[in-house]
Amino acid sequence: MLAVQNLSTEYPGDHGQAVKAAQDVTFGVEQGRLFTLLGPSGCGKTTTLRSIAGLERPRAGEISVGGTVVFSSSRNVFVAPNRRGFGMVFQSYAIWPHMNVFQNVAFPLEVGDRRYSRGQIKESVMRVLAAVQLDHLADRDATKLSGGQQQRLALARALVREPALLLLDEPLSNLDAKLRERMRFELKRLQRELRITTVYVTHDQSEALALSHQIAVMNEGRVVQIGSPRDVYERPANQFVADFVGNTNFVDGHVIAVTPVDGADAMCVVRTEIGDVHVTSSLPLKTDERVSISVRPEDVELVEVRPEGRNVWEGRVDQKVFLGEAVDFQVKVGPRTLLSRRHPTLRTKVGESIFVQLHADKCVVLTVA
Amino acid sequence: MTTSSPALDAPVEASERRAPFDWKWIVLGLSVAFTVYIAVIPLGFLLWQSFRTPQTAAVDAVFTLENYITAYGTTETLRLLWTSIQFALGTAIFAFGIGTALAWMNERTNTPFKRVFFALSIIPLVIPSILFTVAWIFLASPQIGILNLVAASWFGIEEPVLNIYSLAGMIWVDGLHYSPMAFLLMTAAFRAMDPSLEESATMSGANIFQVAWRVTLRLTWPAVVATVLILFVRSIEAFEVPALLGLPVGIQVFTSAIYQAVHRYPSQVGLASSYAVALLVITTVGVFAVSRLSSQGSRYATMTGKGFRPRQIDLGRWRWLTAGIFLVYFLLIVVLPFAVLLWSSFQRFYAVPSAEALQNLTLDSYRFILSYPNLGRTVLNSLFLSFSAATIVMLVTAVICWIVVKTKIRGRWLLDNVASLPMVFPGLVLGLSIMIFYLNVDVGIYGTIWIMLLAYITRFMPYGLRYSTTSMLQIHKELEESAAMSGASWSTTFRRVILPLLKPGLLAGWIYVMIVSIRELSTSILLYSPDTQVVSIVIWELWENGQYVELSALGVLFIIALFMLVLAAQWLGKKYGVKE
Ligand SMILES: Nc1ncnc2c1ncn2[C@@H]1O[C@H](COP(=O)(O)OP(=O)(O)O)[C@@H](O)[C@H]1O
Ligand SMILES: [Mg+2]
Repeated sequence: MLAVQNLSTEYPGDHGQAVKAAQDVTFGVEQGRLFTLLGPSGCGKTTTLRSIAGLERPRAGEISVGGTVVFSSSRNVFVAPNRRGFGMVFQSYAIWPHMNVFQNVAFPLEVGDRRYSRGQIKESVMRVLAAVQLDHLADRDATKLSGGQQQRLALARALVREPALLLLDEPLSNLDAKLRERMRFELKRLQRELRITTVYVTHDQSEALALSHQIAVMNEGRVVQIGSPRDVYERPANQFVADFVGNTNFVDGHVIAVTPVDGADAMCVVRTEIGDVHVTSSLPLKTDERVSISVRPEDVELVEVRPEGRNVWEGRVDQKVFLGEAVDFQVKVGPRTLLSRRHPTLRTKVGESIFVQLHADKCVVLTVA
Repeated sequence: MTTSSPALDAPVEASERRAPFDWKWIVLGLSVAFTVYIAVIPLGFLLWQSFRTPQTAAVDAVFTLENYITAYGTTETLRLLWTSIQFALGTAIFAFGIGTALAWMNERTNTPFKRVFFALSIIPLVIPSILFTVAWIFLASPQIGILNLVAASWFGIEEPVLNIYSLAGMIWVDGLHYSPMAFLLMTAAFRAMDPSLEESATMSGANIFQVAWRVTLRLTWPAVVATVLILFVRSIEAFEVPALLGLPVGIQVFTSAIYQAVHRYPSQVGLASSYAVALLVITTVGVFAVSRLSSQGSRYATMTGKGFRPRQIDLGRWRWLTAGIFLVYFLLIVVLPFAVLLWSSFQRFYAVPSAEALQNLTLDSYRFILSYPNLGRTVLNSLFLSFSAATIVMLVTAVICWIVVKTKIRGRWLLDNVASLPMVFPGLVLGLSIMIFYLNVDVGIYGTIWIMLLAYITRFMPYGLRYSTTSMLQIHKELEESAAMSGASWSTTFRRVILPLLKPGLLAGWIYVMIVSIRELSTSILLYSPDTQVVSIVIWELWENGQYVELSALGVLFIIALFMLVLAAQWLGKKYGVKE
């Protein structure tokens, strides 16, 4: 549906040099899917989104939507943003304060090339307002809406023309935490119901994991990994992704043994500062190679009596943070402190000793550049 | 210096010791008294005078309603009012149209070389209105206008195409002259707008014109109305253009009517005052409306924290058209006027450019100007007035602002309003009221340079106040409080903390007041005496005497000097951290 190829976008910098905001970005989105660009602030997500929208003119690359090329540097194609027919929600919502709710949503139908009758406009506007549950506020001044309502209004305005592609730039970041959770589910429901192809930009990894079919993790203008939420979380391609997408423990070391296994990932042993760790790895590892093992806090098992099996160490509880639905333990193992997230039923006290177990298939081996 | 630390003193004692002597109240009292004195009293006298008969050696002045009956009893006055409004409204709309179109092209499109044009946009500010008007007479008068002659010789058109001596001509000249102001005001309005409001309209499918018309202009609506109103007030109080272009053909507006009433024999000061009262009423309503607008403008205030310049609309091939518009504009407002003054300054008698006239180039007019009686005195007067006015205005407004913004003294808003009051005075009306005041209250400054200094200070106080307020608002209360907590007295805090922080803003205001003072004509024209001539007055006199080439020479020198002054001021400003 959407294909972005080798997209590069630059801004003129302060001192004449070019700011390379997006470099060589390539990805595709299938019809009806929600695709997320995830990364820290300033990594080029907005730039990529605006390049797709046509609000920025990329320096190089090609963008096509549903088989139509809307931008191509080699063929010198650039379709103006108002002719691309996409819907977009801006981070600030950009609700026009001089119009009421109805007028805001009606605007896209009034200005486009296609002419609609008054009745058609009213019908479409009310339908989409109903979909975002704002139909009872149609006559309200747009400035008198709450944050969540403004967000839904912006969404309704982007949807009213039934765009081929919906672009969302951090649509939930201006809401408070509670509302953000709720809107997250509403957004997901709406997208799944309408089956509208969506590119979603966020710096919030839990939002990305909760909403997306596919995630592209970006860093310093480049895409560093593309995959399903599960892939990205459980099989991060490198340290940056592992660190950015959720919390993780990194344990550095070097490979001392590799045992190939038929039809599955190889078994390896990595010598680290906490001892030898047995892991499975899909990477073609060699002995003596320097690697880093990434383990999510929820995968660091803690038990009060020594458990069976491999990868078990004795440690000491260093600190505890009670989070309500979970407890974060900082456990000292040898010279290292590991973070573990456990159910609050585990009541081991600070200073007491505890056994740590890592499961070989939950340890992700990352090569160190 | 006491050796005991303040903390060790008993608090009661400390406050008792400080209470009897506080510089704050003296400075405060003085500035309030000064402000009221210069802003309010002349106004009172103006009103009073409008009810008096002319005073001559033989007859004393008595109470009368005659002035108002003369002024408003005839349909003549209706015509005067109607002409004034036509002129002011036409000028305001014309200037607004040009200024807004240029601001939009500069802020929102990818017009080539626009940075250069933006940098050049300050140049029109250094061309005084009277010189601009004279230059346009040289360009477009029906008899000697170069453009008319060019049209005649190139296209064989017999009748003059352009007639600058008409209402349209007046609107053209004044509108062009005020367009940089409209440009700056609208540029600020466009910059204050969240660009994503326009981008979301683009994404909704709107084309450039739909975005500009339905979103950009609507959202800047408060600024649009305020700008038109400001331009209206400025043009209804304009003096030079109506005097030079309107009077010769009998097109009268309020300002020229006032001038004529004063210069009749015997002088009809009372009649002039009653015209002035009408003009004051109009400008007051305008200024009041502007201030109401700007205080409620926040309804649409859409600033976001993001500091990036908004996306620029790619105009494609049309961008050469917009660049062409910039170029033509620059020609009309700077190049042509200056070139025609330069040309005429090298002539013996005013002559339009021709091969023959080219033979007769001479420096005579410059010789004439440089040996003009009292030239040195005149220049010194101009410099002294602008320098002192700028300095005093900025010092006084800094104190006023501090009181208004930073203290909780009751009635401080009144002080703000009183200091802004001169904003409603047209220059000519201010000159008139100050003239009346010191004619009646003889303190020995009538006809001296001090009366002009006082007039300049009064006239430009509101401008200084605006600069001071802007910079004062940026100083956080805590900065002062921490100085006070460190044991600094109020005067030390003001001198060591507030003034240095205000410096860039004050300096910018100082530069501005200095430039507008040195160009001042409409107030000075009722107050000067042979000893206290200033440069702009000499230009006026040369015009009255028909000494066009000499006027041109002086004008060229004056513009160059002003330009150097602006450059020097900018350099100075950069050095002390003034941002624009
Ligand atoms: N209009 C602009 N002009 C100059 N630099 C910009 C502009 N917009 C973004 N940048 C720079 O480009 C980089 C990427 O910005 P952006 O795409 O907004 O990041 P993100 O949305 O991921 O936070 C940043 O370094 C930012 O400073
Ligand atoms: Mg962003």
